[in-house]
Amino acid sequence: MALDLGGRILRSRTVAALASPHGIDRYLTQINPMLAAHEVRARITDIHPEVSAPGAPRVATVTLQPTSTWRGHRAGQHVSVGIDTGEGRRTTRVFTVSNTESKPGEPLTITVRAHEDEHATPYSISKFLTERATVGTLVHLSQAEGDFVLPDRVPEHILLISGGSGITPVMSMLRSLQRRTHRGKVTFLHWAPSADRQIFADELDEIRRQGHGVDLHILHTADGAPYLSPALLEKLVPGYREVPTWACGPASLIEAAQAAYDGTESLRVEYFKPPRTAGVAGGEMAFARTGKSVANDGATILDQAEAAGLTPESGCRMGICFSCTTNKSSGRVRNVLTGETSELPDEQIRICVSTPEGDCSVDL
Amino acid sequence: MTTVENTGNRRLSPEELDAFGAEMEAIRQRIVADLGEKDSAYIYDIVKKQRAFELAGRALFYLPVVGWVPAVACLSISKILDNMEIGHNVMHGQYDWMGDPHLNSRMFDWDTMAPAENWKYGHNYMHHTFTNIVGKDRDVGYGVLRMDEDQKWHPYYLGNPLYAFLLMTFFEWGVAMHDLEVDELVAGRRTWAENKEIGARIWRKVKKQTMKDYVLFPLLTGPLAPLTFAGNFTANIIRNVWTFNIIFCGHFPAGVATFSQEECEDETQGHWYYRQLLGSANITGSRTFHIMSGNLSHQIEHHLFPDLPARRYPEIAEEVREICERYGLSYNTGPLHQQLLGVFKKICKFALPDRKKPAAAEVRSAPALEGVAA
Repeated sequence: MALDLGGRILRSRTVAALASPHGIDRYLTQINPMLAAHEVRARITDIHPEVSAPGAPRVATVTLQPTSTWRGHRAGQHVSVGIDTGEGRRTTRVFTVSNTESKPGEPLTITVRAHEDEHATPYSISKFLTERATVGTLVHLSQAEGDFVLPDRVPEHILLISGGSGITPVMSMLRSLQRRTHRGKVTFLHWAPSADRQIFADELDEIRRQGHGVDLHILHTADGAPYLSPALLEKLVPGYREVPTWACGPASLIEAAQAAYDGTESLRVEYFKPPRTAGVAGGEMAFARTGKSVANDGATILDQAEAAGLTPESGCRMGICFSCTTNKSSGRVRNVLTGETSELPDEQIRICVSTPEGDCSVDL
Repeated sequence: MTTVENTGNRRLSPEELDAFGAEMEAIRQRIVADLGEKDSAYIYDIVKKQRAFELAGRALFYLPVVGWVPAVACLSISKILDNMEIGHNVMHGQYDWMGDPHLNSRMFDWDTMAPAENWKYGHNYMHHTFTNIVGKDRDVGYGVLRMDEDQKWHPYYLGNPLYAFLLMTFFEWGVAMHDLEVDELVAGRRTWAENKEIGARIWRKVKKQTMKDYVLFPLLTGPLAPLTFAGNFTANIIRNVWTFNIIFCGHFPAGVATFSQEECEDETQGHWYYRQLLGSANITGSRTFHIMSGNLSHQIEHHLFPDLPARRYPEIAEEVREICERYGLSYNTGPLHQQLLGVFKKICKFALPDRKKPAAAEVRSAPALEGVAA
């Protein structure tokens, strides 16, 4: 109660007016980084290795105790994680929350596979989280975001499809369904390279043994398991095109799923990485502020700017965090997530998911 | 028309300008490659100190009589740090590379009447791009004062010293209003419609600033409210006087060059650096003095490299000075009193109509212009 009242006072208009123009959080953080009225920060309280097979990238589940400002999450949502990885720089990347749906202030977990990230200086966040971070490390969070979630009334039969570390949002859904004691049927298809690279292996074994309405199929491609196709889906889930389906994984899996569900409205997808639908090369990509320009090679504006030696601000690199938003003064751009093009003069675009089509000029 | 020749500076040939520009660019790239932990730790430390002074200042107002002077001192220091070493520099994008939204030029706002967004246009764009180009850089006289002989004299300018005094005292209001370009509005070169959004932003910010310093914080001290009100007012004035003096020493002391619009058309990068150098002036002083001035005591380095963290300016200064010596360019620097005296003389001198120049001076300057037109 007392905490709640304190929070209400800290979030009041009077306090905001007193702390103007910096905001109350700027003062609270000087006292204790875990004090916040609006922002979300968290301390790492546990790092649990999921995969440490020789030759395979490490995977770890990181438990975070957030500030009381955390509003909780729905299964399938993601969160921006910002970490000071050294050299005085903060890097931000997006990770799916992997635990069951959380309530305000409750701990959350993210499950992270280490991979090289050439754009993170000096250290990739996923490598930092799996190899360097320790209990007590402070991270900056956004609130949970994303529409890739289960409805409140879950249909009688649902199909979950995931590939690789795309299992995390789907696992959060499955865990939440079990906690909600969902009585319907869940078919869960998951593709992984091999058994020793399987994330959540023990828990999946447990689910397979107990059943409880979960029909689990783990397909290891190294063992010659077939890839996603209409025929395979029809065999495992007869009439699958009518079954509400959630799919998350690498672009190839999502594209295969989209082809298999073409013409239906049953499929909801979450890209694990934005699809690299290459833009159209040609024309000139101009960076107005620095006076530089390059021949448009079809890559995203962020990539082209970096290749030209500029260091524009960026975060998630997948169109979620908006930290790379920049003014485009002229030219047509294509949003690589939606395929939409726009050519309004002076529009704000996210350069990480925009490719120029012909001549284009941005304020960088 | 240019006033470079009156400053005792040599004009550089196009080749020399290119070489000069390349040397400056090399400094910039070396510093950019070296940015890291030390710079971020520094600015976080300054932010921490600023917050501590602010909290101390606000708290000391609860101690009647004995607390008042220290409260005003702490609050003044806090506001000066906030505006100079933090606000001005963060809004130049000096710390954007850190990825901290609170130290990002797009998000930051400062503890003064001028809204960040308006100021960034007038200052970062207009002033830093067109530095000391008479007729383009609106910071030459701020549309109020006559600070250069290329500004035509008018009896209005007899009030130059008075306007300067008022501008100094209410500097934060002056900076806020600056963006409305009232002189341009009066002259009919600007429409009311263009000012609508800018004016709305000023109004919102003024309400917030006034509310906290002149209503809420005084009320919070109960019966001491009038004292707190007076204390906040005094702290704002002290900050105004300080920032005005530091800023006026940056471009208006004796020996600073101004430029004409014609000579800056199709300007090369080398000439841009050259203009930034000759159009700015430094102030010598202690480390604390530099921090309290937001390192604008290194105005020359700031104008050469506006987006490099200001704490780097002292180290860069050594190198810039050495380069200036080699190219035969003056490096305008001096202690605060000397630079202030130069500013004061200029304010008074340009209040009066120009005395007729001796014809010989114009003849003498003519050969120096040869080979520079390109």
